[in-house]
Amino acid sequence: MLEKKITYPQMGNYSVPIYYLLRHILHIKVIKPNKITAKTIELGSKYSPDFVCMPFKYTLGTFIEGLDKGANILLQAGGGCRYGYYSELQEKIIKNLGYDFTYINLVSKGKINKLEVYKKIKKIDKKLNIFKCLYYLFITIKMTKYMDELEDYIRMNKAFEENKGEFDKVYNELLSVFGNTTCYTYLFRNYLKYKKIIKNIKVNKGHNHLKVGLIGELYTLMEPFANYDLENLLYKHNVEIKRFTNVTYLLFRKRKAVINFMKKMKNYFIYRLGADAHDNIYRAKLLCENDYDGIIHIKSSFCTPEIGAMPIINKVCKEYNVPIIYFSFDSNTSMVGIETRVEAFIDMLNMKKS
Amino acid sequence: MDKIKIGLPRAIFNYYCGDMLSRFFEYLGCDVIVSPKTNKEIYSTGVKYANDEMCSAMKIYFGHVAYLQDKVDYIVIPRIDNFGIDNQMCTNFMALFDIIRNTFNVNILNYNIDYRKNKKEYDGLFIIAKKLNFKEKFIKTAYIKAKKDLKMLNKVKINENYHKLLSKNKKILLVGHPYVVYDNLLGRNIIELLNKNNIEIIYSDLFNKDLLDKESLYISKTNYFKYSKEILGSINIARKYVDGIVFLSSFPCSLDAISNELAILKCDLPCINIIIDDINSITGIDSRIESFCDIIERKKVC
Repeated sequence: MLEKKITYPQMGNYSVPIYYLLRHILHIKVIKPNKITAKTIELGSKYSPDFVCMPFKYTLGTFIEGLDKGANILLQAGGGCRYGYYSELQEKIIKNLGYDFTYINLVSKGKINKLEVYKKIKKIDKKLNIFKCLYYLFITIKMTKYMDELEDYIRMNKAFEENKGEFDKVYNELLSVFGNTTCYTYLFRNYLKYKKIIKNIKVNKGHNHLKVGLIGELYTLMEPFANYDLENLLYKHNVEIKRFTNVTYLLFRKRKAVINFMKKMKNYFIYRLGADAHDNIYRAKLLCENDYDGIIHIKSSFCTPEIGAMPIINKVCKEYNVPIIYFSFDSNTSMVGIETRVEAFIDMLNMKKS
Repeated sequence: MDKIKIGLPRAIFNYYCGDMLSRFFEYLGCDVIVSPKTNKEIYSTGVKYANDEMCSAMKIYFGHVAYLQDKVDYIVIPRIDNFGIDNQMCTNFMALFDIIRNTFNVNILNYNIDYRKNKKEYDGLFIIAKKLNFKEKFIKTAYIKAKKDLKMLNKVKINENYHKLLSKNKKILLVGHPYVVYDNLLGRNIIELLNKNNIEIIYSDLFNKDLLDKESLYISKTNYFKYSKEILGSINIARKYVDGIVFLSSFPCSLDAISNELAILKCDLPCINIIIDDINSITGIDSRIESFCDIIERKKVC
């Protein structure tokens, strides 16, 4: 019988905890997906329909690359908007290309059912142990929480570091250490250690720097290749970045947060707008109230919930007189065009401030 | 006292619940004004207000609201979240009510439907009518009368569609959302072109609604969008009778991008996928449809 090998879509630094989890609970080989390159998108957009949104193309590309590497089980998740409906078409497209594989979709009809997920994974790996599963799941969740916390701090200070590249170096070290975690105490000790190191990195932060909020669609925000490394581009211009979306927020904090801000935002919307749209409107208002200099809204083209949110965000920004710029990314936007637009936006913010 | 003027934009939701709403308000004694058929002017005002990446059906909706805004007292804008489990709305239309509320300065009656929170057709209508200070007794009788009318109307339309299935002419299934197919600017031209080529058209939305839901499972198992399910189900019913399928969608329709592609991959009939945006001339589409008709004819002869 063929040896089972599993692969999953790539998203930012989160491939470290996912790889860790799968490697420890499954008794089959796990193939780590490549970092996304131009070739991945080319593959993805070649086989996908015309006006499907960008995450579809990216995940399709990584799957095909993974299958070429020898994987024969694909793992996909999603939900909220039409993202939950991707998997059926993706499966059909890859099957038509002539690959032989099993496709596991953790989400059925837009919702996650915990029991069903367990049954699905049990099918591919009969030795699966539920207690082991829960233990490693706990560690993985903690790991992503620590990562998100430290990344938030880095985002605020990276533009002002004295020795360039120090944050990157330390954080990459942390990722490799987290990847080799053995037990919870090991993880926690390393978290404390690296937290201390990161907070001790010398930062030259004045009082008069620009503060910019990043909002938008989740995949584009979290995968650096999808937004053409927008964050690093902003660091070059000495900008402090605030980004709300991360995995911890999406999985744990979102449900409570939505109930809270629905009451405050009655002026702008009464009902939920689907996926992250209402979150982004609330964030735009929050950023305006907290004296941020500008807002950057990014999304993949044809992202339906964000399109619905954009007119309302526009209205919020007009009321508070805060500048906002919209970026819509697709598979073939060139880096240079975005650079000039960001530069012009930053210049404008600087002029407004002085 | 003057009669209350109520405006219904002739776009998206009007093709689903417009008949119901107009009859209901007429029985209550209001003046119902339905905006005229879509024309170039309405489309261009819609583009002015709407976001540039919205689908063309939504841009048209904006145009109709702009047309109505100073002619009526209230505009009815449905906000439909879901029709029960696995029957979601398109995410764009879910937000439509809030977007319009923020872009236009008009009085809006929100006809809210959310089956999961137990807000059905009657509850939605009841709340609007209560807002306009009508008595409970009148609301109930108006609703029952309107419902009765609709039942007859739908029956006639559906029977006609079924009769067409059995005719001996060349026939195609026109798969598309009703707000695209019946729209004056988007779908009208294509229907005319097909008629010119002597082809019988079977509409995808004029089938029994309960049947469509089950039949859609044969095309797509994991689809959880109500409007998408409705048009997909028709393919499985009609595939034995028709000679070809025409897929019709407005430009960046988020659901059709996935579901139509899936249907094309799965069915073995001749297909053509037409995507329309702001069109000035239909010559391009004309030649495409002509060649498609030729293919159907060839196939029938062989």
